[in-house]
Amino acid sequence: MSPQSFRIFRKEYLGRSAVTLCGLFLILLTAAIGAFLFGKGMGTFTVYHHSIFEFLFSSQWSPADDQTGGGQVGAAIFIFGSVVTCAAALFIALPFSLCTAIFMTKISPRIGENFVRPAVEIFVGIPSVVYGWVGLVVLVPFLKETFHLVQGQSVLAAAVVLSVMIYPTITSVSADAVRSVDNRYIEGAYGLGATRWQVIYQVVLPAALPGILTAVILGLARAFGEALAVAMVIGKMRAFPTSILSPTNNLTAAIASDMGGAMDGGEYNTALWTMALLLFVISLGFILLIHSLSGRRERPL
Amino acid sequence: MKFTKLAVLAASVAVAAGLAGCGGSSSSGSASSAASSVSGKITASGSSALFPLAKDAAAKFKEKNPKVSITLNAGGSGTGLKQVSEGSVDIGNSDVFAESKLPADKAKELVDHKVCVITMAPVVNKDVAATVKSLTKSQLQDIFTAKVTNWNEVGGPNEPIVLVTRPATSGTRALFTQFALDGKEEASNKALETDDSGTLMQSIVQNKGAIGYVALSYLVNNQDVAAVAIDGVAPTLENTYSGKYPVWGYEHMYTKGEPKGAAKSFLDYIMSPEYGALMEQQGYGMTSKMKVSRNQ
Repeated sequence: MSPQSFRIFRKEYLGRSAVTLCGLFLILLTAAIGAFLFGKGMGTFTVYHHSIFEFLFSSQWSPADDQTGGGQVGAAIFIFGSVVTCAAALFIALPFSLCTAIFMTKISPRIGENFVRPAVEIFVGIPSVVYGWVGLVVLVPFLKETFHLVQGQSVLAAAVVLSVMIYPTITSVSADAVRSVDNRYIEGAYGLGATRWQVIYQVVLPAALPGILTAVILGLARAFGEALAVAMVIGKMRAFPTSILSPTNNLTAAIASDMGGAMDGGEYNTALWTMALLLFVISLGFILLIHSLSGRRERPL
Repeated sequence: MKFTKLAVLAASVAVAAGLAGCGGSSSSGSASSAASSVSGKITASGSSALFPLAKDAAAKFKEKNPKVSITLNAGGSGTGLKQVSEGSVDIGNSDVFAESKLPADKAKELVDHKVCVITMAPVVNKDVAATVKSLTKSQLQDIFTAKVTNWNEVGGPNEPIVLVTRPATSGTRALFTQFALDGKEEASNKALETDDSGTLMQSIVQNKGAIGYVALSYLVNNQDVAAVAIDGVAPTLENTYSGKYPVWGYEHMYTKGEPKGAAKSFLDYIMSPEYGALMEQQGYGMTSKMKVSRNQ
């Protein structure tokens, strides 16, 4: 190879092939994780012969911790716990997030850029164990005192902690959506004599809706996958919650607490892998939903 | 240009480190050759209850035998048993007998070393401990199966009972269920579950009417929670040795076949009277002092 062609190779193809390799590797990695989870998780149905219906809808959970099997693998309590805490977290976080997003883009962009955005970004960087710990030490005793509970660990505690964790995600993504609303719509509305508030809630919000939904789903995906912080405040009681103030358990916390003790390859361990597979499938579903939403946004109105 | 400089720097650092390393190892090598000639690699995994003790023993063993390297992992008893049975580790640590987790033919290949005895004690919040010093076995069973839900039913204050437990796969829970609750399953739908004994203690401190259970090793130097006697017998090492206190079990280190080389010296050390004294300070019991024995 002549020095000339080597230089061209280095200039043009070296970086390009490195980038391509990294990209392909990432695709391969995702596929490998999916395949691995599928292989491990399907054991509940293929090796230990439980039905998918039992796994999803039964609340009888007593898998055997050995390779003979014969236990029960109903994960309904964990699934319900995950769904209900995430829904409640969204219910708490969404109004705050939307208000912040509108404030920092449309009401006062200067304060928004200089103070609100950095503040929101700090939220993202705080590790979940810190949220969980603060929740356990501050929020849990507070709930216990306020509502005269036997214990403060509850669905509400988990929902509040989760809502703080998903708030920055929803805020920053929906702020981008609000900011990218076509200026012509806004000017047109002003031209028709609309007030600032009318423009915001009748023009900007509807136009930004697909982006806001994407933000909500990203937030939900984070909430579903969060294990540590939730595990610390949910109480991990294996029962359906009777109210928002009673403890329950969820998928991630259940996996985290038993994965160390359950024997590799046993029925218990396999059932936990099936729960991991379910989480993977749920997040895959969320991603597909985001894609279909953002696809819709690109279409002309 | 920059690269060459960096490379030279890196190389010189590596050489210096290498020299320092050589110097260090040769001097310690000569020191250890007087003490022992054991060398080799030991890998162990398994029980998280045994892990702190295994770690401590490994550190002390390495002081005496610097040529030995020991890699310890906590991954749960089941994992330890499976890995030692497959031959991927030298020692599998377990809270339970191998027969209870492995198929009979696999369990037969393993050699059991009962390195210590672990005693489990019911612990309560100090608020409850002021009046409740001892519980009978049947009272304990009623409490943990949620038949009794207020402390005033067992002679305590008028406060709801908060059950704090460990996951179903925990070795601590297995022992407590077997010997304190006579096999009766805990009311998992009424109990707060905690991942490890440290968190469990924290929950006991925070909740006024709380009761749970931990290994005696967690109660050494602890003033925040109170242990409860069972049928009037306090959970102590003496009562465990004499067989009066019922909730105890062996901690096992399994090897596949008879141990050899470094693994054998390590097992000899951890079961020696010399280390036994240190073991007792940490709240673990010596197997050799047991006046009673168990085989399940």
